[in-house]
Amino acid sequence: MLTNELEGVNKDVYKTDWQWQEGEYTVTRTNMWTAPGCHNGCSVLYYTKDGKVEKIEGDPLSPYNQGRLCMRCLDVVETFYHPDRLKYPLKRVGERGENKWERITWDEAYDDIVKHVREIQEEFGPEAIVSMQGTGRNICWQTPYLSYAGFGSPNFVLGFLSGDACYLPRTTIGHCFMGDFFVADMSQHLEKRYADPEYVYPEYILNVGNNALVSNGDGFFGHWIVDVMKQGGTKLIVLDPSCTWLASKAEYWLQVRPGTDAAVVIAMLNTIIEEDLYDHDFVENWCYGFEELAERCKEYPAELAAEISGVDAELIRQAARAFAGANPGTIQWGLKVDQTVCGIPLAQALLSMGAICGDIDVPGGMMIPRCAYDIPDSYGCGMWNLSDEMLGKMLGVETSPLHALGFDPTANGDTVLNAIETGEPYPIKMLFIQSTNPIANMAADAPRVYRAMRSVSYNVVVDVFMTPTAIACADIVLPCGMSSERNSARVWWWPLRSIVKVADYYEAKSDEQIILELGKRLEPRLFPWNTDVELMTWWIQSGNRFHAGWPHKTDETFPELVEKVIDWPDDWAYRKYELGWLRDDGQPGFNTNTGKCELFNTLFDAWGFDPMPYYEEPPESPVSTPELFEEYPYVLTTGARTWEYFHSEERQVPRLRESHPDPLTDLHPDTAAKIGVCAGDWIWVENMRGKCKQRVRINPSLKPDTVRSEHGWWFPETEGAEPNLFGVFDSNINNLTVQGVTGPTLYGAPYANQICKIYPVTKENDCSPSEIVTRKGGF
Amino acid sequence: MAEKYGLFIDYQWCTGCHSCEMACKVEHGWKAGEANGVILFEDGPRMMANGKYEYNNLPVFTSQCDLCADRTAMGKLPTCVHHCQAACMKYGPVSELAKLAEATPRSWVYVPEQ
Ligand code: SF4
Ligand code: SF4
Ligand code: SF4
Repeated sequence: MLTNELEGVNKDVYKTDWQWQEGEYTVTRTNMWTAPGCHNGCSVLYYTKDGKVEKIEGDPLSPYNQGRLCMRCLDVVETFYHPDRLKYPLKRVGERGENKWERITWDEAYDDIVKHVREIQEEFGPEAIVSMQGTGRNICWQTPYLSYAGFGSPNFVLGFLSGDACYLPRTTIGHCFMGDFFVADMSQHLEKRYADPEYVYPEYILNVGNNALVSNGDGFFGHWIVDVMKQGGTKLIVLDPSCTWLASKAEYWLQVRPGTDAAVVIAMLNTIIEEDLYDHDFVENWCYGFEELAERCKEYPAELAAEISGVDAELIRQAARAFAGANPGTIQWGLKVDQTVCGIPLAQALLSMGAICGDIDVPGGMMIPRCAYDIPDSYGCGMWNLSDEMLGKMLGVETSPLHALGFDPTANGDTVLNAIETGEPYPIKMLFIQSTNPIANMAADAPRVYRAMRSVSYNVVVDVFMTPTAIACADIVLPCGMSSERNSARVWWWPLRSIVKVADYYEAKSDEQIILELGKRLEPRLFPWNTDVELMTWWIQSGNRFHAGWPHKTDETFPELVEKVIDWPDDWAYRKYELGWLRDDGQPGFNTNTGKCELFNTLFDAWGFDPMPYYEEPPESPVSTPELFEEYPYVLTTGARTWEYFHSEERQVPRLRESHPDPLTDLHPDTAAKIGVCAGDWIWVENMRGKCKQRVRINPSLKPDTVRSEHGWWFPETEGAEPNLFGVFDSNINNLTVQGVTGPTLYGAPYANQICKIYPVTKENDCSPSEIVTRKGGF
Repeated sequence: MAEKYGLFIDYQWCTGCHSCEMACKVEHGWKAGEANGVILFEDGPRMMANGKYEYNNLPVFTSQCDLCADRTAMGKLPTCVHHCQAACMKYGPVSELAKLAEATPRSWVYVPEQ
């Protein structure tokens, strides 16, 4: 590498201590993880003076990001000290939607919350309280712990994310398939990184369902892919409806129609099996159900997949041969895998492909990660405090055994929405909304969710800025601290990293402090810690998820971690299935019924789900609803990430907004010409459920019938009170998406494969969708 | 005469991440709307004669680029180089960078005014 190799770092300037003085600044080496949001947690140097962060730099001595930072972290000081940040706890004084608040003390806020919790627990039971969080925020275990231990409720969900369509479909099938998950191995678990002699560069990466460079999903620093391409000559196969930068560098770019990836991947599997390109040893020794899978794949010849997806059949076969021939090959998968109704079978097909090609847990392949020291950095944290009876009340358990068995222990958002609307199976009386802004971001059918949230009698929002969600439905708003204002840690997956408090901001408190102080008032027995530092020490030492020997636990304290900055446990190995590290009984093999990678899934079979990968058409598409498609003749894909923003965040940060001022919809040039618009023009994107307006960007790589719209837009510079509500519905692509349409397991929802029509915004047809939703009840 | 320094850009790897722009702005305290030391020019996806798409991203340096004189004086790298996510920038004596450019396809060397 040219600049970021650790050896080249000037050690006089960049030290290995955790803190030092540089002129007038105190420099602190630590890691950044929310707020603002992200899926990573990169290593940074904070330069502080008088209790304020003045500057930030990427830590060049960190093997994780090697000094590099995205523009969001580079500009984070502007975010930390933005004048609009929430400074004090607030209580609503006007009607919901009026944006009128009075400042109260923390004690008053906690008293109000405790009073309501007690009343609801008594009258309706703890299950009437639903806690929720957004994605990429450092509350993965904190909010669940508060829900299970503090409120005593089993209902913790992601903010009205239909079909739990982010990550959970992949982790769930991963656990059913092989008892674990996989991550593309970019040497991120090795302290010496690329220089470790054990590491092998992948020959091919199959990038599917994400633009990894921009999304940095799932604890994966996207530009690691560029590292391995540059240094190791790694080649790419990219499945994407649009030609991203990675796709432009790929050997094989498979331009799939949105939502049809599963057909392509199963056809690739078919080629690999038919042409005998698979790893016989691995299949024989470590896979279960190969014959059944082979039979299934025969139903998906490349020609059929081509017809479904629009990708040339020969290209599918070539890509399959390239992946199978790669030694090792790996897969970098992302959110869009989850965002179809066949998210689970698509993930299953990808797992199967890695398995039969012998890429599971080999260096440079699809490595099996677990959190360092087995720390429960997950939605199940504290669930052990609930009785079986209470667990049985978790919303969604009735419908899906996957939820019942806690494969990914959250309630199901679609079922929660239904319960709010109907009072069945029981009424929902309180929402504890910690750092999620559902109506601006992850809630499909945002107008419906807006109405539902407003109908709940008592709501608390914890966030860093006043959001449309808070104005619409909160009774109490609590200001939470940003990354530099909290004592916390990051573990997803490896190594363990410190997050150290270096600053204060008015009365904002960290998420850890908030759950601790509230928990102490609700259930002191389960919140025995005196300070956030004690809480963090408990968490670091609380490894309890896996009963096998791996990963081993630690007795490290939080202050010890702070001094280490980054802690690499010594129990890392490849091919852990050979070592007996994965199974609860300590035997070699995978942590499944059969001890093998289950190409034919025995659990799914027992539950009555299809045990093998299959393809299902998106519920609304040119194929499944041809008549509707005449009226809405474009395939709509949503949610492509931007460099500037993490989902709905940062629209108020001037230097970021300057770089990306407006919501953008990509159109093929012929399509733009056809509807008479040019780059920069505003258009309506509309379907059966609603509409929104965005600006045109010309993207010649798209298919002419594909429309690609951004998500997460609201306009904090405009009026917060209704009817405008920060313009949250004006450009909201989730006016068009749908709730309650999921795969049979309840996992996977069609966020990214909708249909729509498009036409120019004119003087005559211009209007405010926010007003339509907040004043007129919807579209 | 002191050796002249410049920047080398191996731009076939420039992903267009904008980190160089933001790093420069933040370092020099330039606000939104104010001119910057580096501006990213993005071209793509563009269909080439062979039917394949190409992206060409190019950071272009303005007269406001001072090669991060304050930083280099204290032994740090220019902040754009330090933070470049693709690690495709290098800071050094122009003569050395020119040699590097000769050996690197699709690269270029920026030589500042002074
Ligand atoms: S991936 Fe980017 S935004 Fe996320 S922590 Fe790292 S530098 Fe910050
Ligand atoms: S060298 Fe410094 S001043 Fe020049 S563009 Fe890079 S960051 Fe800006
Ligand atoms: S930081 Fe590097 S990769 Fe990112 S835009 Fe600038 S030159 Fe390109």
